[in-house]
Amino acid sequence: MDLVRISEFVWEIPKSGEMKVPARIYASEKLIELARRDQTLQQARNVACLPGIQRMSYVMPDAHQGYGFPIGGVAAFDLDEGIISPGGVGYDINCGVRLLRTDYKESDITAKRKELLAEIFKEVPAGVGKGGITKLSRNVLKEILVRGAEWAVEQGYGTAEDLDRTEERGRMKDASWEFISDRAMERGIPQLGTLGAGNHFLEIQKVDEIYDAEVARAFGINEKGQVLVMIHCGSRGLGHQIATDYIELMENKFGFKGLPDRELINAPFRSDLGQRYYKSMCAAVNYAFANRQMIAHWVRDVFARVMGSSKGMRQIYDVCHNVAKVEKHTVNGKEKLLCVHRKGATRSFGPGRAEIPEVYRQVGQPVLIPGSMGTASYVLVGTKDAEEMSFSSTAHGAGRVMSRNEALRRFRGEQIRDELAKKGVELKATSWKGVAEEASAAYKDVDEVVRVSHETKLGKLVARLVPIGVMKG
Amino acid sequence: MEKRYEILEHMADGKFRAYGRSLGECLENAALALASLMWDPERIKPEIRETIRLEATGPEQLTVKFLTELIYLLEVKSFLLGRVNEIRVEEISQNGKKTYRLEAEVAGDRISPQYEIYGQVKAVTYNEMKIEKSGDGLVLQVVVDM
Repeated sequence: MDLVRISEFVWEIPKSGEMKVPARIYASEKLIELARRDQTLQQARNVACLPGIQRMSYVMPDAHQGYGFPIGGVAAFDLDEGIISPGGVGYDINCGVRLLRTDYKESDITAKRKELLAEIFKEVPAGVGKGGITKLSRNVLKEILVRGAEWAVEQGYGTAEDLDRTEERGRMKDASWEFISDRAMERGIPQLGTLGAGNHFLEIQKVDEIYDAEVARAFGINEKGQVLVMIHCGSRGLGHQIATDYIELMENKFGFKGLPDRELINAPFRSDLGQRYYKSMCAAVNYAFANRQMIAHWVRDVFARVMGSSKGMRQIYDVCHNVAKVEKHTVNGKEKLLCVHRKGATRSFGPGRAEIPEVYRQVGQPVLIPGSMGTASYVLVGTKDAEEMSFSSTAHGAGRVMSRNEALRRFRGEQIRDELAKKGVELKATSWKGVAEEASAAYKDVDEVVRVSHETKLGKLVARLVPIGVMKG
Repeated sequence: MEKRYEILEHMADGKFRAYGRSLGECLENAALALASLMWDPERIKPEIRETIRLEATGPEQLTVKFLTELIYLLEVKSFLLGRVNEIRVEEISQNGKKTYRLEAEVAGDRISPQYEIYGQVKAVTYNEMKIEKSGDGLVLQVVVDM
C-alpha cells in the first residue's frame, strides 16, 4: 500500500482501486510505525471505499486496529448518498470522559487521599457484573434513553450547570428507545450508574503543567497542584448490545458480500434501518451521559462528606469518544450536514461553534484525553484548523501496544500498586489481574499522541494532569 | 486430554481458537475460552443451569449470537459459565435458505466473592473470525472486544 508523507506529521494513502477518497493519517514517525504494525492503515483504506464518504478517511495520532473502522478513525458521510455504520462508532457507544474541577490543592487532600478514594470506591459500583444501586423500571430506562443526563439532573444527580458543560447538553435529541431490543434493555437496566471494567477508570488527579494559562482559566484550571476528578466510562452492556444487534440486522438485510471486512456493515443513513440504528445509538449516548452524571454526583457527595465541602466542584466538560453525529461542515466550499463517525476520537470544535457551551465559545471546546492507568491525562482545546483537517476531531487516548496476555506475563497487579504507591499514587481495583492487564507499559505513550495533536493543531495543549488516586473497575 | 482452546495474542482485545470435531463442539470450547478471558471456568461450581436456544443465518453469526448470549447471562443474570452440559447445532435448509439452529444447556454459578473476575468482554466481533477444517475436526477463531 502506498503511504506518502505530506509533511512532518501528515501521511496519506492516495486514492486507488475502490477508494472514493484518499486516507489521511496524522502521526509522528514513531506513531506511524505503530500503525504500520497492525491493520490500521488497511482499515483506513477500507473506510475510504464506503458510499458517500466526504473529503478523506481520517486517522488520528493514537490510532490502532479496530473492527471494520480503525480505532482513532474519523469519517463523515453525505446524509443522502452516504451510510451509517455501527462499526464506525464502536461497541461501547459514547465511551467518554467527564472532568470535574475542584478548589482543592493537592496539599489540602494529602491527609485524606486514602479515605477519599476508599469512599469513592464504595460509592461508585465497578467491576464486571456489579449492578448499579438503582433498580430501574423499564419505563424509567426509556425516559433515560430519551433524556440522558437531563433525567439524571432532574432526579437530583448534579446541577443544570453540568448539562451546560456536556456535549449535546447531555441529550441527543434524535434518540428513541423504540428500536432497541429487549436484550439491550435488559443489559441496560442493572448497569446504570456503574463504571464497568477494562480500560474504564475514575481518577483523582492534580494539575501537573499548564501550557495555555488563558484557556486553562476559561476551563476553570487555575494552578499547578489543583485537584481534578476524571471519569472514563460508557454505555455499558446496553450500547454493546445495540451495536451487536444492528450489525446482525444490517447483515441480514443487506448481506456482507463485497465488503472487505464484515464489520464495515452499514445502512444508508436515510434508510429505515439506518435511522433505527441512528436513533438507538443516540439513546445509548444518552444512557452513557446519564451514567457519568450519576457517577460525578456520587464523587461530589464523597468530597462533601470527607473534605467537608464540594463547593467549586464544577464540571469542566463531558466528551464522547465513540459516536456518530449529524454536524455541519464545509466540503468543496459548501456547507452541508454530514454524519460524522468518530470511533476513538474526540470532537475538537474551535472557537465560535454554536454547539459548544457559551462559556467556552470564545476559546473552543475542552478536549479530554485520558492516559492509561496511572499515567498523565491531558486537557486540550479544539481549534478552527481541525474543521478543515479532520471534521473537527482529534485523538482520544493512548491505545494499546501490548496484548493482555503479554501484560499478564510481564506484570502483577500488586506490584503495579506498590510502584504507583512509591510515586504517591493510590490505587483501588476490583481485580489485581485486571490491573496487570491495564499496566501503563501496555499502552502507547500518550505524551507523543498529544504532542502530534498540538503540533498539527488538531487540538492544542492546555494542561497536563497526573493521577493521585486511581480507581479501576 | 486434547487442547480444547487456545488464547492468542491480540494487541487490544481478546482472541482465541477453539477446537472440536463439530461446530457444536467448537462452540462449546469457544464458550470456555470466552469465559477464561474473564474468570477461570474450572473453578466455577455447576450450581445453576441455563438453556440457550437461537437461530442464525450462518456459522459465524451463530458463533456471535451464542457467545453474546453468555455475556448477556453474565450481565443480566450474574451467571458465570463453568461448563457446557449439552450443545446441539442443526443446519436446516428451507426454500434454498440455510438456517443454523442451536440449543445448549450450560452450567455455572452466580457471581460471588469466591470467584475472581478479572476481565470484561464487551462484545463478540466478526473481526478475523475463521471457521476452518483441520484434520478431522474444525478450528474456530474469534476476536472479542474487551
